[in-house]
Amino acid sequence: MTAATLARKRPPAFPASWTSRLAWSGLALYAVYASSLMELTWPRFLKGLENGAKFLDRMFPPNFEADKLELIRDGMLESLQIAVLATFFGVLLSLPMGLAAARNLAPPWLSWGARGLIAVLRSFHPVIVSILFVKAVGFGALAGILALIVSTVGFVSKLFAEVVEEMNPKQVEAVRATGAGFLNVLAMAVFPQVMARFVGLAVYQFDSNLRNSTMVGIVGGGGIGAPLFTAYQRFDYDVVLTILLVIIALILLCELVSGRIRRVFQ
Amino acid sequence: MTAAAGRAVLSIRNLRKEYRAGQPVLKDISLEIDGSGLTAIIGPSGTGKSTLIRCINRLVDPTAGEILFEGGDLARLSGGALRQARRRIGMVFQEYNLVERLSVIENVLSGRLGYLAPWRAFLRRFPDEDVARAFDLIEAVGLEESFATRRADALSGGQRQRVGIARALMQAPALILADEPTSSLDPKTSVEIMELLSEMSARRSIPTLVNIHNVGLARRYAGRIIGMTGGAVVYDGPPAGLSDADLKTIYGGEDFL
Repeated sequence: MTAATLARKRPPAFPASWTSRLAWSGLALYAVYASSLMELTWPRFLKGLENGAKFLDRMFPPNFEADKLELIRDGMLESLQIAVLATFFGVLLSLPMGLAAARNLAPPWLSWGARGLIAVLRSFHPVIVSILFVKAVGFGALAGILALIVSTVGFVSKLFAEVVEEMNPKQVEAVRATGAGFLNVLAMAVFPQVMARFVGLAVYQFDSNLRNSTMVGIVGGGGIGAPLFTAYQRFDYDVVLTILLVIIALILLCELVSGRIRRVFQ
Repeated sequence: MTAAAGRAVLSIRNLRKEYRAGQPVLKDISLEIDGSGLTAIIGPSGTGKSTLIRCINRLVDPTAGEILFEGGDLARLSGGALRQARRRIGMVFQEYNLVERLSVIENVLSGRLGYLAPWRAFLRRFPDEDVARAFDLIEAVGLEESFATRRADALSGGQRQRVGIARALMQAPALILADEPTSSLDPKTSVEIMELLSEMSARRSIPTLVNIHNVGLARRYAGRIIGMTGGAVVYDGPPAGLSDADLKTIYGGEDFL
């Protein structure tokens, strides 16, 4: 009987999936084909390494001359201010926007409208939005702030709407049953449930805005980006390194602070 | 058993609810709830007890029928008029439905939100007399004053349900609805909560309508029992009159007796 059981053919425990085999080999083939198209060859890679070594060599030591430091300080302060202002106004706009996009609070015409607008705001990279605003309102910090407000509203209001949609409807129902109007339901049933996570999103977005505020200057939107770009173009790689170190220090500092803030609001 | 129409706090006439057309969950229910005491609604799960209670304060919209309360038809109200009527109807829930991240006293004060301007709600500027009453109610439902500032999610089930009852009482309602108020609680706490509901109902003369699974508790605390099965009322009378034959009609079968 045992022998018969062993002999009986069972279905394979891990059946081969021809679809996934085909997909993987297709991907591998395409990667080889695309590399040949882009002339990604071993000699080209070695030449790149050689060039990179020269570049690194010219970066050291970082340039700490007083006039450069002054320039960097002004640029960094402007970047920081761009990040703070963009976060403040962007988060302020995201609050009503996120509520309007939440399908469990807003009527369909409103939530679909808000969702459409958010999708448009999210469809461009901050660099492209920055270029648009530099062309529209001229060079300087204003363009950078406006561009980062757009990306802040796009990110925060989308995720905030999801947080609102995940809240516990029973708590809201109970407050509604007391005869409370919409705004009072918001104040005493919706906000208490979602505010901690909203603050978390806002702080996270501030980190992200700080990173992006160092970039908007490259296209003329103000901040440290402009001196950084100039330094690259003049081959002042030692100044580039100084700027990069200062940016790293500021970002680390802010991550530390924002981590603390998030923990307080849990 | 029904009281004279003139004295009734709540008159339900031919109430019908269909979640899907042609499949009524409530089949033309007519009931009068008069001015005092605790009325228990018993019946098997899925028989429409919860739907009946939720139709009264319009957490569920009825398909047809009238719900007469304080001179208006609740079934036809909407917007501001509905909110004004809801202010007069307190509700206690099976899972308490407190706002977990708010303190006990904020939850109790929620009972006044129908009367409060939004800016006051956002800034928690409740009138002093409301705050004083909220403290009184926290003690009246058997919690200590020190509970007022504790967060609702730090409380046990029985304590949360006491807060839920305080929130309903805070509305100074003309009627209290309780939807399975003891189903999430242990037997001892269930008795305490029913005791509290019947005591508050009697002392403040607020008629209270309770959905309940526990027939023993219903007999013990209710002055009137309504038995429902299949979306219709099959028994309406005092607990003493509820016979095994009636229970058989309500629940079907007799193994549970």
